[in-house]
Amino acid sequence: MSIVAASRPGSWDFPLFVHVLGAMILVGGLLAAAGALGYARGDARFLRLGYWSLLAVSLPGWVVMRGGAEWIRSKEGWNDLPEGVSQPSWLDIGSVLADLGGLILLVSLVAGGVGVRQLRDGKGGGLLRATLVLSIVLLAAYVVAVWAMAAKPG
Amino acid sequence: MSFDDWVLALHVLSAFSWVAGVVLFWVLVVAVRKTDTAEETLRMEPMTRIGNVAVGLGMGGTILFGLWLAFSVGGYNIWDGWIVAALVLWVISAPLGQRTGAAYMQGTTKARELRHAGQTGANAELLALNRTSTGLVMQSLWSLVVLLILLDMIWKPGA
Repeated sequence: MSIVAASRPGSWDFPLFVHVLGAMILVGGLLAAAGALGYARGDARFLRLGYWSLLAVSLPGWVVMRGGAEWIRSKEGWNDLPEGVSQPSWLDIGSVLADLGGLILLVSLVAGGVGVRQLRDGKGGGLLRATLVLSIVLLAAYVVAVWAMAAKPG
Repeated sequence: MSFDDWVLALHVLSAFSWVAGVVLFWVLVVAVRKTDTAEETLRMEPMTRIGNVAVGLGMGGTILFGLWLAFSVGGYNIWDGWIVAALVLWVISAPLGQRTGAAYMQGTTKARELRHAGQTGANAELLALNRTSTGLVMQSLWSLVVLLILLDMIWKPGA
């Protein structure tokens, strides 16, 4: 892996940077969201902070990460594999977790959005707890994805 | 997977932890700008601890695993320009992070004083401390240095 990285063509660097930076912002947003939702203890301002961390930080991070992923994927030629040749397992793990994670992020945003709206009526705590759980699940999933993309098992 | 592959994965995970901590602190920097009561300011403390742990693990992990890789992986040497640049930037980032924390701690300290004095309402001085321009500049510089390390790690100039 390290030898591959050292000999990577220069034209791959920027797409890789976009991919990694997006992923880092995504994970940072998830950490902030989980922290704010986890320590909110019913405080509406903190619950909103957690939700907005997901919406304004994690979601853009996911979009940049996913766009960068497609860009570097095409640069590396993984879209043009000959028939019968499968992509490596680290790429499968990363792709599945990125897409599944995006879906879970959307679900958590919808649940959290409804929860934040209901806060005005003194409700929404359950939905925001679900958002917290999903954020933690996403954090764990992306730790596995980062491990797979960095160590490239298989 | 070789041992070096595992170390590389831990190195990258550490970098993610570090940047995630920096992002979390940006969320706090924005949130605290509208915070003018002692109670709300002090409520940020548990999140600050999460950020500190993330940054601590990240900075420790990147340097430890990074040094291991510099010595262990063939083709890389500790005196390679891009590795020296990363080490210098890592060293520069430490005091910047500390100064950012110190600037925002003034608001926390004031909030403790206010709570101790039984003042629970909005306080203009606390709001001003929470909007510290020094802290904002330090946080921006710190983020810039971390971004430069990421750029250096990906482009590896001179490698």
